[in-house]
Amino acid sequence: MAASTSESDDIRKMAHPLEIPRLKCGAMEGLAPFKASPEHQEKLGFPGELVPDWKEKALAKMKELGEKNRAFQVYLDTCVKCGACTDKCHYFLGTGDPKNMPVARQDLLRSVYRRYFTFAGKYFPKLVGARDLTEDVLNEWYSYYHQCSECRRCSVFCPYGIDTAEITMAARDIMDHIGIGMKYSNEIIGKVHDIGNNLGLNAKALRATLEDLEEDLEDETGISVRIPVDEKGADILLITPSADFFAEPHIDGLLGYAKVFHEAGVSWTVSSYASEAANFGLFIGSYEQMREISLRIRKAAQDLGVKRIVFGECGHAWRVGYSFLNTLAGPFDFLDQNYPIPQHIMEFTWDEIQKGTLNIDKSRNDHIRLTYHDSCNVARASRMGDEPGGQFEIPRNVIKAVCNHYFEMDRETTKESTLCCGGGGGLLTDDLMDLRKKGASPRMTAVQQVTEDHGVTHMAAICAICKTQFSKIMPAFGYEMDSIVSVHQLVSNAIILTGQVIDDDEDKSDE
Amino acid sequence: MDYDVNGTTIAADEEGYITNLADWTPDLAGVIAKAENIEMDDERWEVVNFLRDYYDEYQIAPAVRVLIKSVKKSMGPEKGNNKYMYELFPYGPAKQACKIAGLPKPTGCV
Repeated sequence: MAASTSESDDIRKMAHPLEIPRLKCGAMEGLAPFKASPEHQEKLGFPGELVPDWKEKALAKMKELGEKNRAFQVYLDTCVKCGACTDKCHYFLGTGDPKNMPVARQDLLRSVYRRYFTFAGKYFPKLVGARDLTEDVLNEWYSYYHQCSECRRCSVFCPYGIDTAEITMAARDIMDHIGIGMKYSNEIIGKVHDIGNNLGLNAKALRATLEDLEEDLEDETGISVRIPVDEKGADILLITPSADFFAEPHIDGLLGYAKVFHEAGVSWTVSSYASEAANFGLFIGSYEQMREISLRIRKAAQDLGVKRIVFGECGHAWRVGYSFLNTLAGPFDFLDQNYPIPQHIMEFTWDEIQKGTLNIDKSRNDHIRLTYHDSCNVARASRMGDEPGGQFEIPRNVIKAVCNHYFEMDRETTKESTLCCGGGGGLLTDDLMDLRKKGASPRMTAVQQVTEDHGVTHMAAICAICKTQFSKIMPAFGYEMDSIVSVHQLVSNAIILTGQVIDDDEDKSDE
Repeated sequence: MDYDVNGTTIAADEEGYITNLADWTPDLAGVIAKAENIEMDDERWEVVNFLRDYYDEYQIAPAVRVLIKSVKKSMGPEKGNNKYMYELFPYGPAKQACKIAGLPKPTGCV
């Protein structure tokens, strides 16, 4: 078994994915990811360390956010403590810590908002649960706002539609502005500004990696399939998470995109300048960072003279791409208006499948009994295709077109009610591994159910974070690390390229 | 979380990655490996050396697949696979082997 299983002892055994835990007050108190160094902070324009007048600055920022973002203030004002959200967070279900109930997480900030910005809170703080902003409160913010993956499951069940993710983002933004940032997210954003992607993969290394993968594709299929970089005049710019150039099983997804583009007969390219779909500006609630990262995509599209932008398998990138790209970096009037701007690779592949362009042998995935994990940002914050719910149906349509054995998990844990993988929202860092495992237990319980009921062996996802998270934590739940697959990995397995000679029946490796 | 190599202190970050890449020596690799509960042997050295050579050329660690392909060439298919890499480096060939090789931690959704 791979990965560290040493901490897995206290992972909750759940009878049902949504089983409500016994309360464990303070169970996750004090947990705090590494803080960003002054160098990482300053690169993003934030103070390097806690500023002396941090309290005033924090309150000023809170005021500013309330004025700029009406939703934020409405969320702080409207909660009626009905309790509908209390058992909806995977981190609460997995840890039992009541501060991981969404309403309690919101109240960490709401209580301070009330104290300084509402009449009742200014004069009768105790009556309305208002409290002073102190260093203890700040520490609590840092801890519990980094135990939220901004997955928005709770918001689906809130009768007022209060979105805890927005409050978490605001809290992180406030903290960044007084000099307290998170190492994982802020270091990564700095790398995007410097090099163009989260990994720090420079153009030379990217080119070498992709040449290597082209070789692999030719070895596998006997056909020369290209993965072009910086090719001017290509029709399509592919914006994909840099994990697709580096990690397993992400790379297999990239090979799948390449095969689909090849068979569709379109010209395409990746960009070494905008070699990242992920946009961690979203995670830290920074409009400015989100915009700066998005503008790289615009510049790459203009410099390369492409007509279309297609996004690869990345969850929150699709939220930013689908919902905000035009506002952040538009207008995209220089692109071909006959196609969605941007388009998801899943939409592209489903179109090709419907057109009959792809020669598919589903039996090449017969060694896999599959389930599908809806990634939160795709499921709850975006759409695909022309029909409502397309973000649920199109990936499933693609899967069912390339796999014979497909099984759904408990409906209360899929589609708009999907459970987070446990590593989203900027929490995919080793120093939060304990939280990541516990937060994954609701989802993994649902996977175990379909394994018991239907013999499911693998789970597919369309998000780089989900894929990495599952490959790390699935061993703690009795699965192999390669039980998580890319959807386009399955597409890649099943496609027979034009001219490809198939001479084997057995060699269907699931590498 | 610094390392001590024969009386010299080598600075490292919270996660044990050395902060100045020029500080790396084979002796230090042994010390880092020990801290990770890993005993260096020929196979592990082969991986570490490959990572360092690759980094010299490209200023970043290789994709796991690129590493495995190289191992496959030099050690054969029974060792050139992901499983074997995790046997050598249980916390993952990318992160743990990079740490021992004195390279920066790969960041991002990996």
